Amino acid sequence: MSGLTTFVQSMPLLAHAAISTIWISLLSLFIGFFIGTGVCAARLSRHAVLRWIGGVYVGVFRGVPMLVQLLVAYYCLPFIGINVPPLVAAVGTASLCTASYIAEIMRGGFLGIPAGQLEAARVLGMSWFDMLVRIQVPQALRLTLPALVNEMILLLKASSLISVVGVEELTRTAQNVAASTFEPLPAYLGAAVIYLCINGVLALAGQAAERRLKIA
Amino acid sequence: MHINPSVITSNAGPILDGLGITVFTWTAGIAIGIALGFFIAVLQIFCGRVVRGALRVYIEIIRGTPFLLQLFLLYYGGPSFGLRLEPMTAGILGLGLYGSAYFAEIFRAGFLSVPSGQLEAADVLGMARWQMILRIQVPQMLVIIVPALVNLIIVLSKETAVLSIVTVPELTFVLTAIGSASFAFVETLLTLCLCYLALVELTARAGRWMESRVGRFMIR
Repeated sequence: MSGLTTFVQSMPLLAHAAISTIWISLLSLFIGFFIGTGVCAARLSRHAVLRWIGGVYVGVFRGVPMLVQLLVAYYCLPFIGINVPPLVAAVGTASLCTASYIAEIMRGGFLGIPAGQLEAARVLGMSWFDMLVRIQVPQALRLTLPALVNEMILLLKASSLISVVGVEELTRTAQNVAASTFEPLPAYLGAAVIYLCINGVLALAGQAAERRLKIA
Repeated sequence: MHINPSVITSNAGPILDGLGITVFTWTAGIAIGIALGFFIAVLQIFCGRVVRGALRVYIEIIRGTPFLLQLFLLYYGGPSFGLRLEPMTAGILGLGLYGSAYFAEIFRAGFLSVPSGQLEAADVLGMARWQMILRIQVPQMLVIIVPALVNLIIVLSKETAVLSIVTVPELTFVLTAIGSASFAFVETLLTLCLCYLALVELTARAGRWMESRVGRFMIR
């Protein structure tokens, strides 16, 4: 039963590493949200050049695997004179990558609002800012919440790739436990259980938020 | 910094081999994923609560854990329960199992999209359940699920890059190895990005063609 012992003994270590995974994901989501807002604004812009730039951004970051983006940040940036620690490269890549998905989700949300509402608001003399804050954002948030929660779960899972550049998060720690105990199965099973728990909590929180935002 | 394209041209042979393995693992993974996913979705229709519950657990486990971790479990954890796999086999099987959970959800949504009135009508006409699936549900749901299928196929094409971590000699593995040996990281990784962009773009185009093809009988 040494497998079970390894599983139980490695749990505190893995749970501690899970905290890194969670805050790396949250930080990336936070930064990615701001970049994504900018990209979304560019894609919905009146200027063709901005729309093109937004389109290229989304095309590149959604068309290249995150692992490859991570390798580019880790290996290529030093060549143009930017030396970044692994953690910064990891969070930066995850933010840029998730921003492209968030931008598309938000674009869908904003396009989902009937144009008649905006025309009505304009007739009522609402300013551009009022329209955004009072009409567009509340409805777009409600429309896109399920997709955003989904993206958060995907980001949390994608954060396992960060282990490749040596950041000590959940998957990396599981690898270390596997290497030091010579028992990969319990180590990776432990990590899998923790990922499942985090994602389960995220999914439940998302459902609760959806219920709260729903207007009868 | 200056770019030296000869690193790529002089290694064109191994790079093309890597690309071939990427495409092979990807298509084999898709084939396993679609077959298993369809089987799971059909089982969910035919079987009782216990089997449905077990399949639900399988889907949630696959969808709730990172693909990298599943690969580690299969490749490094496998020998603990007597499953010794070559990197390539583990990679294809891992990709197939990972995809199957997502494919199953797409097929399930597809089955639910066909109005139940049609199934009742078919039932009255004396059609068997499997006939309803093959003749009524599948042809109609294809129109609805093709965009989701193509999307998932594109996602899986990017997941093949993860196979490099368990030493499958696919494109990412080959190009990073060349990069490490020659220190030409910029050239190799740029090529890698361009290859994936091309692969994704081609798939997206094939998907749009497929959409127009399965939808040709539909009145819009």
